[in-house]
Amino acid sequence: MTRVLLIEDDPAVRRGVSLGLRHRGHETLLVATGEDGLAELIASAPEIVLLDLMLPGMSGLETCRRIRAFSQVPIVILSARDDDVDVVVGLEAGADDYVIKPASSEVIEARMRAVLRRTTQPAAPGQARTTHGDLLIDRIALRVLKHGAQLALAPTELKLLLFLSAAPEQTFSRQQLLEQVWEHSFHGDYRLVDACVMRLRGKIEDDPRDPRYIQTVRGFGYRFGPL
Amino acid sequence: MIRLRLPVRAASIRPPLARGLRAQLVLVFLLVSALSALTAAAFTFRQGRTAIVERAQADALQELRAHLTARAPDLPADPAEADLRTLARQLDRAAGTRGGRTALSYRGGPLITAGAQAPPLPAQLRAQAASATTALAQRFHHAQTPWLAVALPVIAAARPDNPPPLIVYASFSLASQQQDVDTLAAAARSGALPVALASIVLALLAARRLLRPVRQLRTAAERMAGGRLDTRVNVTGDDELADLGRTFNTMAATLQADAAALRAMEARARRFAADVSHELRTPLAAMAAVTEVLDADAASGRLAPLTAEALHLVSDETRKLTRLVEDLIEVSRFDAGAAVLNLDEVDLGEFIAKTLALRHWQDRVRIDVPSGLRARLDPRRVDVILANLAGNALRHGGAAVSVLIQVRAGIDQITIAVSDDGPGIPADLLPHVFDRFTKADAARTRTDGSGLGLAIATENARLHGGTLTAANAPHGGAILTLTLPRHPP
Repeated sequence: MTRVLLIEDDPAVRRGVSLGLRHRGHETLLVATGEDGLAELIASAPEIVLLDLMLPGMSGLETCRRIRAFSQVPIVILSARDDDVDVVVGLEAGADDYVIKPASSEVIEARMRAVLRRTTQPAAPGQARTTHGDLLIDRIALRVLKHGAQLALAPTELKLLLFLSAAPEQTFSRQQLLEQVWEHSFHGDYRLVDACVMRLRGKIEDDPRDPRYIQTVRGFGYRFGPL
Repeated sequence: MIRLRLPVRAASIRPPLARGLRAQLVLVFLLVSALSALTAAAFTFRQGRTAIVERAQADALQELRAHLTARAPDLPADPAEADLRTLARQLDRAAGTRGGRTALSYRGGPLITAGAQAPPLPAQLRAQAASATTALAQRFHHAQTPWLAVALPVIAAARPDNPPPLIVYASFSLASQQQDVDTLAAAARSGALPVALASIVLALLAARRLLRPVRQLRTAAERMAGGRLDTRVNVTGDDELADLGRTFNTMAATLQADAAALRAMEARARRFAADVSHELRTPLAAMAAVTEVLDADAASGRLAPLTAEALHLVSDETRKLTRLVEDLIEVSRFDAGAAVLNLDEVDLGEFIAKTLALRHWQDRVRIDVPSGLRARLDPRRVDVILANLAGNALRHGGAAVSVLIQVRAGIDQITIAVSDDGPGIPADLLPHVFDRFTKADAARTRTDGSGLGLAIATENARLHGGTLTAANAPHGGAILTLTLPRHPP
């Protein structure tokens, strides 16, 4: 059972999604505005947030930014297909994944589960704590330290870093990363990967425009290092 | 010819029209001016030549008569041949400057000359002179020079009624007169040539002036044909071409207004479709999230059979409606030009295998792809295209259909052909398979598809700069061919 905070202004959609998720055994907290969502997040500490982008008052994007300012709770955006640009902005603002409405509760739950799964693979013995340059990656405690200070990484950012650093200097295509980190079996949206890499670089790199850790291999994808 | 070709290919008439009309105008000008110049020259020449020749003839006669008047009284009444020869010599000498040759004939006797060889006199002149009472003249040609022969009968004062006893013939060369006439002809010629040249220049100027509005009209018509409906021509003057220009402007204005109205209507219709789709999406989002609850309850066996069936129906149709609305929104995005390519480089073999595996079609569709072939494309969009083509082939091909996806790489394009061994596409449907809401079987209108699948596939192909075509194979079955450029825009 997962405690889900659903921030959605349309009452029917709110009720429908809530019904579907409750049917699948989850607990739902329902709010209609971004402001209420922030308050509820602090008060009830849900495990995941489902966020509609089109909200009256404080927009979904702004809500996403404000949540990320103090919390690394998983965020899945509920988007309409024609909010394409907003999806990218939402991903850059820190959302972990998105679902296009209308969607069945099965699809919504699958995305939630993928984001909630903390790691992509169990830590191999002797690889529990590894140091890469200034980074210390702890696969047991699932945390990353830079110069000894813990970094606040959103769930997908952490998963992506763990996945890439587990095989240093190996190049992964964006499709591979989508399948491994986001668990998208579909020909997914590469912007998920690009936006997440951008956010991750902003947190771990000294100069995000000249990355050391997450390097781009033009035409193929991304790799960790070489340092 | 030109009128026939005009509406078909406006661009192709450019050189013939300009050259044709101008050439015709110049030709007509040239003909008219040449004709008038030639007529004037010929008339002048004729008059001049006649005047020259007549003057020469009159001069010759007058001179001969004067000499004869001076010499004849010395002749005895019945002159002997020697007397006549003396007279001829005297006359020859007197006419020396003119170069005349004199011959005398007394009472029809043989011609007596002074000795210098003269050209033979024309027989006609001699025959006429035998009975003449006045002077006669005749021009003839000898040794390719014109000559003038005159005959002057000398009548005895005592017997004026008898035939003249003595006839004096004189032949003069007209070479110098011929020279004058030649000069005259040359002058006429050299006068006519500049006139003709001047007329060409004038004709060109006139043609230019006349054709300028025609050229403007043509340019304007070409721009209109190119879609610039705001094109107008500048109309000056009040002639027929100005009328044509005004008519053209009226036509352009009407066309522009009609096109604008049509575009506005189309935009309204498209916006309406997009708005409807969006409005439908919100309630559908609520319904789509709960279909599972309905399915679960309907399958639980706790409900009355009718209720369970009703729930199934609602849930199934909700899913179809969801798909239809998604497709409608996708189509509106294409219509609004809001669809963008997210290109990535993929291994085509792996890519197609994944597309099939996602839909559990890997056992029903065979793949023939050159190994290691990579392509730059938008994976999501090409996945949509292939899923549509393969899905259609599987759906319409019959139960035991065999579907093949064959990929071939060209220099600058890649073709992906999806073929099946089913019944093929009905001939009357073939031109419309990519239209929106075209369904293969009118009696079976409700299939899994929204009716927008192939239309969306076409738009996706076009977005890549590629094409999607449908055909029937000669040995049966349908072939849908997707062509993608190797370097998409």
